[in-house]
Amino acid sequence: MDDIKVAVLRIEGTNCEDETVKAFRSLGVWAEAVHLKQFYSDMIKEEEQRSIFDYHCIVFPGGFSAGDYVRAGAIFSARVKSVLKRDLEEFIKEGFPVLGICNGFQVLVELGALPGFDEDKPLAEKPEMALGINESNRFECRPCFLKHENRGKCVFTKRIEKGRILMFPVAHAEGRVIFPKGKEEEYVERLIENDQIVFRYVDDDGNYAGYPWNPNGSIYNIAGICNVRGNVFGLMPHPERVFWRYQHPNWEEAEKPGDGRVVFESVIDYLRTL
Amino acid sequence: MIMIADVYIELKEGVADPEGEATKKALRLLGFRKVKNVSTRKVFRIEIDAKSKEEAEKEIREMCEKLLANPVIQRYRIIWIE
Repeated sequence: MDDIKVAVLRIEGTNCEDETVKAFRSLGVWAEAVHLKQFYSDMIKEEEQRSIFDYHCIVFPGGFSAGDYVRAGAIFSARVKSVLKRDLEEFIKEGFPVLGICNGFQVLVELGALPGFDEDKPLAEKPEMALGINESNRFECRPCFLKHENRGKCVFTKRIEKGRILMFPVAHAEGRVIFPKGKEEEYVERLIENDQIVFRYVDDDGNYAGYPWNPNGSIYNIAGICNVRGNVFGLMPHPERVFWRYQHPNWEEAEKPGDGRVVFESVIDYLRTL
Repeated sequence: MIMIADVYIELKEGVADPEGEATKKALRLLGFRKVKNVSTRKVFRIEIDAKSKEEAEKEIREMCEKLLANPVIQRYRIIWIE
């Protein structure tokens, strides 16, 4: 594909769209922040009207969409469902990649796009998991170590070898992965079997560890998962905030990539094969 | 007919309630030692114009399922105010 186009969706309260757009643009890909209204409102100037199929990749960025009212991501998700549900389902079914970072992950969960066990129904009727309030009852904001666990399904991490440890920062109050009561083990097993686990929180030696290494108390230390097909990916930590080396706390060689860049490089590789 | 309902969104049995726990801790620090448990819920007061209470209740249940509650961790209760 020659002209890859990426949309980073925004509504009131999203606030990571600029750095997310910049991450893609820095890799030579055309990207823009698009307001959800540009997809449906008749109040929008013609040259600013958009369709999901103008793009090859959709990103739900971080932030506090709609003030995190009701639940984080719930209102953004309700609005997407009301105006874009069918288009988004088709987009995912056709294999185009969708990324949700932090608040964007919360939106994908509320949309029923993740865990996304059913390939034929990429948006479940009701949410099948939740991102609950952090166990610490605090906003957790700091660097985190992540172990890459994916065996090759997730199109956003294909360039990362399994077992590699990366540092992405987290900044959230509601990031604790919760599965339906009584089905926790079944869900974890299913995710492992389907190769849907992407990142897990670890300590500085790479061991699975509790708080503060696991910042929110997520089951099985889950930081990020993909759907059963591998083209929808959500994670609480922010890869776009460590795109450049100098965004790391202990950086030395500024020209080296930051740990997050590889997520964007991986999906661009994938987009070029479409 | 305009009716008013309070919709309580509560955490399901067994789901951790860190906000409630932290509040309990703070209350006990303030000297309220009789406090045994604190849990949180969210209330939405909804004014609705419907033909009957049954119709209104059906709508509100749908609202809960589509937006107000995440069924993985939350349940809802409807209490009619008038």
